[in-house]
Amino acid sequence: MNVAGHFAYWGAIFLMMAGLYIVIARNNLVKKLVGLAMFQTSVYILYVAPGKLSGGTSPIIAEGVTVYSNPLPHVLILTAIVVGVATLALGLALVVRIREAYDTIEEDEILQADAEVERKQAE
Amino acid sequence: MNDIVLRVVGKLLIPFAILFALYVQFHGDFGPGGGFQAGVIVAAAVVFYALIYGLPEARRVVPDRVVEAMVALGVLLYAGVGVAGIVLGGNYLDYFVLHANPVEGQHRGIFWVEAGVAITVSGVMLKIFYLFAGRGHDEPRAP
Amino acid sequence: MIDALIVAALLAMMAAIAVAIVRQRNLFGVIVLFGAYSFLMATTLAALDAPDVAMTEAAVGAGISTVLMLGALHLVKTMEAKPVEGAIGPLVVVILVGVLVVYGTLGLPSFSDPQSPIHRHVAPRYLEEGLKETGVPNIVTAVLASYRGYDTLGETTVVFTAGIGVIALLRRRRRQEPER
Repeated sequence: MNVAGHFAYWGAIFLMMAGLYIVIARNNLVKKLVGLAMFQTSVYILYVAPGKLSGGTSPIIAEGVTVYSNPLPHVLILTAIVVGVATLALGLALVVRIREAYDTIEEDEILQADAEVERKQAE
Repeated sequence: MNDIVLRVVGKLLIPFAILFALYVQFHGDFGPGGGFQAGVIVAAAVVFYALIYGLPEARRVVPDRVVEAMVALGVLLYAGVGVAGIVLGGNYLDYFVLHANPVEGQHRGIFWVEAGVAITVSGVMLKIFYLFAGRGHDEPRAP
Repeated sequence: MIDALIVAALLAMMAAIAVAIVRQRNLFGVIVLFGAYSFLMATTLAALDAPDVAMTEAAVGAGISTVLMLGALHLVKTMEAKPVEGAIGPLVVVILVGVLVVYGTLGLPSFSDPQSPIHRHVAPRYLEEGLKETGVPNIVTAVLASYRGYDTLGETTVVFTAGIGVIALLRRRRRQEPER
């Protein structure tokens, strides 16, 4: 139970669980997307924190520096950030179209409207 | 918008924002930066312009056609650098064949690749903003 | 030591904002809080010696993401999420998953441990040979554009695909056709 060594992971996990709670427990679609974005961004800390070395500096080669932090997680997370905003934009476009089709963005109302349409079609 | 403070501050800040984006793009080799950051900063500068002067004005300055062309051009440029590697004798996306000196070839390859990334990212962010901001105005359907 | 304290303080602030986002019902407030969360995330990444990543997160998360969400909020014309009856099921699931993941991270290396495996295999080679082989002092750019160039090509294609996906979803015809 090394708190001093693992606090970064636990902080990232708390943020991840907060995002997950918003996604599964809230009905509003825009809020769900914000929860998903929180889930994604919390993973960045989970990846970048192990790469940091105490007394180190950013991985840009310069004179007189001996300890560099690990550059590999930075590369992965750069890609992840841009992909995250791409999926957020697509999700928001879908929410806009759902609003125009169903006139609501609450998930339970949308599911109700779909169930009504199916019931009418079954008759 | 008719607010004089916003218009003046916008006119002062937007050229410096675009200049800073170019700095981040071309000095990504020597300091923090690179294609993604530069593309997003350029898109943010144009979004700022659109927020102050209105979307039709921004569409006049950076037309839809240009933005849509930018979206595809960046990926084409990146893939084209790979094909140039094949044409000049190496594998796909080999940079050392692009010049007689392999390190200089790496410089060239990285330059063009980052340019392609910046063009695509700025085009996509700006196009998505245009689509979101332009949809509320011209509503042909009745609610 | 001071690095760890700074990161811990920033993480505590982000946890507070996360709890506020969970409880906030006004959607505009949620988006503004998310912008603040992104800024804190960028600061934490800068404190973890990642200036490239911090710059990208600040520009993308606090800039473009917030603008897109505000634009979408204007289009959906909804200001408040409906109140939710408190169900205990999701909270139990989330706590269970959190405990399991925390148990999983107990085996991970400690903060700032120079002996951990990720500092042993490929990273020292990139740090030592990167400047000689590519001539670029910024090792993150060298790895992104040269050593792992395929991944960046895939990422650019993902951004392109997202762009044309949003165009396909939100493009309007010029004529008065009924929207499908």
